Amino acid sequence: MPRDLDQGRIVIVGASLAGLRAAETLREEGFTGSLTVVGDEPHPPYDRPPLSKQVLLGKAAADATALPARRGLDADWRLGVAATGLDAAGKRVLLADGESLPYDRLLIATGTRARPWPDPAQAALDGVLTLRTADDAARLAERLAAGPRRVLVIGGGFTGSEIASACRERGIEVTVAERGPAPLVGALGGTLAKLAAGLQRAHGVDLRCGVTVTALRGNGRFTGADLSDGDRVDADVCVVAMGAVRNTEWLADSGLAAGRLGVACDAGCRVFDAYGIVTDDVFVAGDVARFPHPLFEYQMLALEHWGNAVAQAGVAAHNMVSPGPLRRPHLAVPVFWSSQFGVNVKSVGVPSFSDQVVIAQGSLGERRLVAVYGYRGRVTAAVTVNMAKWLEHYQGLIETAAPFPPGPGAADGHPLVTEFPVPSNVPDPRGLLHGPTVALTGHLPDRRLTLVRPGG
Amino acid sequence: MAVDTLLERITDHANRPDPYPLYAELREAGVVRQTDGSYLVGTYYDIAALLHDPRVSSDPRNLAPPYREVVPEAGQLSFIRLDDPEHHRLRGLAMRPFGPPHSPHRVDAMRGQIASITAELAEALEGRTRIDVVEDFAYPLPVTVICRLLGVPREDEPVFREWSAAIVDVADITPGQDPGERRTAGEQALTEMGRYLVDLAEGRRGHPGDDMLSAFVNEPGGAFTREELAATAVLLLVAGHETTVNLIANGVLTLLRHPDQLDRLRREPDLLPAAVEELLRYEPPVQIRRRTPLANIDVAGVTVPKGVPLILVLASGNRDPKRFPDPERFDPARTDNQHLGFGGGVHLCYGAPLARVEAQTALGALIPHLGAATLLRDPPAYRHNAMLRGPRHLPVEL
Repeated sequence: MPRDLDQGRIVIVGASLAGLRAAETLREEGFTGSLTVVGDEPHPPYDRPPLSKQVLLGKAAADATALPARRGLDADWRLGVAATGLDAAGKRVLLADGESLPYDRLLIATGTRARPWPDPAQAALDGVLTLRTADDAARLAERLAAGPRRVLVIGGGFTGSEIASACRERGIEVTVAERGPAPLVGALGGTLAKLAAGLQRAHGVDLRCGVTVTALRGNGRFTGADLSDGDRVDADVCVVAMGAVRNTEWLADSGLAAGRLGVACDAGCRVFDAYGIVTDDVFVAGDVARFPHPLFEYQMLALEHWGNAVAQAGVAAHNMVSPGPLRRPHLAVPVFWSSQFGVNVKSVGVPSFSDQVVIAQGSLGERRLVAVYGYRGRVTAAVTVNMAKWLEHYQGLIETAAPFPPGPGAADGHPLVTEFPVPSNVPDPRGLLHGPTVALTGHLPDRRLTLVRPGG
Repeated sequence: MAVDTLLERITDHANRPDPYPLYAELREAGVVRQTDGSYLVGTYYDIAALLHDPRVSSDPRNLAPPYREVVPEAGQLSFIRLDDPEHHRLRGLAMRPFGPPHSPHRVDAMRGQIASITAELAEALEGRTRIDVVEDFAYPLPVTVICRLLGVPREDEPVFREWSAAIVDVADITPGQDPGERRTAGEQALTEMGRYLVDLAEGRRGHPGDDMLSAFVNEPGGAFTREELAATAVLLLVAGHETTVNLIANGVLTLLRHPDQLDRLRREPDLLPAAVEELLRYEPPVQIRRRTPLANIDVAGVTVPKGVPLILVLASGNRDPKRFPDPERFDPARTDNQHLGFGGGVHLCYGAPLARVEAQTALGALIPHLGAATLLRDPPAYRHNAMLRGPRHLPVEL
């Protein structure tokens, strides 16, 4: 790399998966300058997927999920201090402790936080929790270990569903309240979400769909909640799993294209300013980024996926130390997974970027299947339930824009198309209680709208 | 020479010591129909895609009539030759006492045993100046390990050695030969070995030991039928050692051919796991797998018709320059080494974790002895098998 790119000062704001992987890549690619990593939590980088699974089951301690460092980083870690602002012209990151950090190049990797219960007084009741950080997981695991009579989970997205699964595995009664028609509907669409609903009920979850929680009750301690259908749930613990909020407030006065939907960037992770002009010294990666993806009609995607954080951080870091012609685009096909209620769910592509779905292998009855999603006649996603080893094939179909529905001839004894394609029933995300883990932030597919509000 | 004889040349025993130039020719030629009707594929990305393609079957009953052989009933086929959902069910049952989620520590817990078996074998080499790496080391190690794991008496090895040879022989690819006699011998060996293993297992019903045959017959609620148990146990015993022998022998041969890398591994033993992966890429024991398309499928611009034999040359994909930089170079420190040595997709080698531990342990123990070793015969005498390639003997002077 040219002399000027392997030296200087790089600041990474965000000390989680994307921040750590970017820091490692910078050093691997030969960056010898000063490297500072800022994180608002006091902990060194840790892994989040186990927090809603093994930790809640009591199989791992919340403070035992530290991410392994692949190499010595020779970095200045500023942990337990939040970034509060960005002076883009003066090239300084402002910190909560009053200090500021000068940089030559900046990586924004501030991720998301749990969306809180909107009523602060109710949210403050003892027993009302969220799950995003290791500290959150430790608190919730402690509550579950104490044997509550019932847990109320508000929101049936991946986090909410995994919490409910952990509760049932521990023999704890649990109610899930979801505003949409089924759990996971935002990620999988209404058709496959029926399977998720069936799984939850088969495992004894008291699943309430099409309702909202109107109030949390309690006198100092949480005792129950009122539902919009007039019913009431008595419980000792309430987990608010209403999706995530992107940590962009600190960029409000930065002049960058940062807002509710994330920090907008080009395919090379370079952040746009508020006028849509690409910056050359500010990069973004991970959950907080929104970027155009050619496989999805250049829709601006914001992905809350582990794999995306890793891949995008690698590309961002590479581009931070590479001259223009050697920069790479972030074109990874989105992948995510979840384990809940004894099944492994894995997805490739963007299921919510679809209008139809078909069961290509396996069957709903066996709870072992591949669902393939299409949009206007081409394959855009596939979701496996306990059949993840086939996913690579479908990734190939997505990458090559193969026609939808895929042709016949699967090796599992069924014809490839066991059912005719049916509408995938992807709901408008505004109708969900849990936020979607993939946000299509542009205007396609055409049933969606982006609501632009002043200051929003 | 005409391209359509490539398969015959690959399977010709004269080319066993070095099939790699033929593989390069194959990659150059693309997907081409052979005179016997089969289609050969040798490029990495095409093979990887076919291994993950649900339209590609492992079940020989899906071959079209001119290619179909007399094949056993479903219950007599092992899961390596079945498709989902039967493959999944049987492999899942076979996995219960072997790996996650039910037995996550089984292979890891065998490290100590594998190390002590290896140490005994290495000890027996002390003071000797000439050894046969195959007979003295590469063969006895995996045989002893798989016997312990399955619960097969080690002293029965002379009995099952012949059965195993006949079974492996019938699985080989031999275009232009009359398979009649070999097939009869193979079928008979399968039946006899299956009966032998089922009898062993049945003897443990109700009073299980800590071995897999015991686990299979004492599964609550019953699991395998008698035929399924026979097919599964035969597969595990045969595949559990015939492959690892070649991995270790090919490994020693490769290291002796690359003294600088041997020296490097002596100095940097931490490289051993990566070196084993590189051996699986560079000299894989399983060179070829057969499949059958269930539909007309497009492979690299060629339509491969439904029901014809599809021959995936894994060892050729492993040296595809479009996937591996400098693929003809043996580099124990190679990164991004997603080789095809264990196949891929749902049939990804069941025994891979065990094979890795055995090869790492074996080479780790042998490397200190190989300081001044020289190959007495290079290339060595190879086994006849083109699919399962490795030296029959590997004489070395220490």
